[in-house]
Amino acid sequence: MTSLQQKPARPTAEGADEAAEDKRASRPQLQVRAMAPIVPPANVSANALTIVIAIMAFLACLTLGAVSMIQDTAANWQSQISREITIQIKPADGLDMQDALETARETALAIPGARDAQIVGDAATARLLEPWLGDNFDIDQLPVPRLVIVTIDHSDPPDFDAMRAALAQAVPAAYLDDHRTWVDRLVSMARTTVLIGVCVLALVFIATVLTVVFATRGALTGNQHIVEVLHFVGAEARFVASQFQNHFLIIGIKGAIAGGVLAALVFLAANFWTGYAPATPESDQAMALFGAFRIGLSGFFGILAIIAVIGLLTALTTRITVIRTIREIDVVRSDPSRME
Amino acid sequence: MRANCDGGDIALPIWGRAPWGIGIAFARVGNPALIHFENVGLRYGMGPEILRDLTFDIPKRSFQFLTGPSGAGKTTLLRLLFMSLQPTRGLINMFQRDIATIPREELPLLRRRVGIVFQDFRLLDHLTTFENVALPLRVRGKEEATYRRDVLELLNWVGLGDRINVLPAVLSGGEKQRVAIARAIIDQPQLLLADEPTGNVDPPMARRLLRLFMELNRLGTAVVIATHDLSLMDQIDARRMILSQGRLDIYD
Repeated sequence: MTSLQQKPARPTAEGADEAAEDKRASRPQLQVRAMAPIVPPANVSANALTIVIAIMAFLACLTLGAVSMIQDTAANWQSQISREITIQIKPADGLDMQDALETARETALAIPGARDAQIVGDAATARLLEPWLGDNFDIDQLPVPRLVIVTIDHSDPPDFDAMRAALAQAVPAAYLDDHRTWVDRLVSMARTTVLIGVCVLALVFIATVLTVVFATRGALTGNQHIVEVLHFVGAEARFVASQFQNHFLIIGIKGAIAGGVLAALVFLAANFWTGYAPATPESDQAMALFGAFRIGLSGFFGILAIIAVIGLLTALTTRITVIRTIREIDVVRSDPSRME
Repeated sequence: MRANCDGGDIALPIWGRAPWGIGIAFARVGNPALIHFENVGLRYGMGPEILRDLTFDIPKRSFQFLTGPSGAGKTTLLRLLFMSLQPTRGLINMFQRDIATIPREELPLLRRRVGIVFQDFRLLDHLTTFENVALPLRVRGKEEATYRRDVLELLNWVGLGDRINVLPAVLSGGEKQRVAIARAIIDQPQLLLADEPTGNVDPPMARRLLRLFMELNRLGTAVVIATHDLSLMDQIDARRMILSQGRLDIYD
């Protein structure tokens, strides 16, 4: 019994040397394979989940792309339009149109912030009206409203109300159109679209999380024997979670990459189509509405971000689900009143 | 231990060479028991009480059989001892702590001081002998390099030195049970619980396993073996805890 209390002489040499010097230990193979994962990958049914996650990632990327395109286009419109304002002078009895145009132009230029003002001349106006009136009409004979286009300093816009007041005094027939109504409508439409896009994105993420919750619970049920054994060797819920989480992280990232690549291809194809398709009314409309289907660097970063978000979301969901499920099981298992 | 059993041909280690025996200090005289049950009762659902008014101690370094007819509640009592079941009433002290006051997150840490062996082994089929035995250490977050030699030494001790890299599917019943025992004791538990450990092996192997448990007990681990194998119990003169009709009688 006394020998029990002795500390054994621990050889410091490597295991192989020890095996050689120790008769008892001479037999064992000291070669052991690299540790196999506690939860084998084959036990987590991956294919269906990968496809679902790919679809979710694809939808998320498309939504993100559409939202950013609409936002870009709206911003483009807004800046182009707000660079110019228009003064319209309606013909009236006894109004000298040429004089009124000059007066309006000078009045507009007198307001600080207006850079330039140009009268749309007879020829240009005739050209504007050509689709409706044909090319052989005398513009002087017709009561056609005339325009003065004022270019404004974008960074320091003029006071539109002051300009409107000054015009009303100088040329009562003039009407100042600063396109604000138009721009406001565009902006609100773009904002609504962005909001809808964000909601769709949120729904896609929620659906992904719920799918992963179901898949994780399924995997836990399918690997119950492993979870049991881990319980009996003293594993904490966190440890069990980490065993499952890694599998799901890989599934999530694989699926998300597949979906992201697919979405990028769709954008490239759309870009190609708008760039090379003959100028059909459809492609023109699409161009006008969406601008170019271009995903630049920021688009690719967006896709990468979605891949990362979906991968992390998958792993995190798995972790939380496993920990919560194991706590539930623990509570039920340890409570005899819940068993018959 | 006044053991006198034959038939064991397991190469026993030189004392003190066994890594799992090293750190266990001898129980000091007058130390409180490892486990203390007081008036513990348990019922499942609204059913009758399976266990009634159990009051007993499991002293440090003790060796006992837990026996009784089938359905007497042996497995239930083992689950109480492993802290995976809460008693319906009564007090359980494990390692001098009232388990009712231990937060749930801490229970796994306390369970690590208890090894458990099942009749059906519960080995993981996709892991080799080495990996199955190393599992408790892996769960504790240890690096393989730090425990490889300990695991190999223990596998030698239980006579599985040449079965390190095989999967459980190709092991015999006795070999599987020895892997399960090795897994239960690799982290030097203070208490070893065994639920019918000899139920699936033939009598000679049962004797070998019993001897293994006794050696382990000599190295400082308290052992509780649940069995209804009378011939096994007759082989050594150990404390017997007999469960019948929910009550426990102890014969020291």
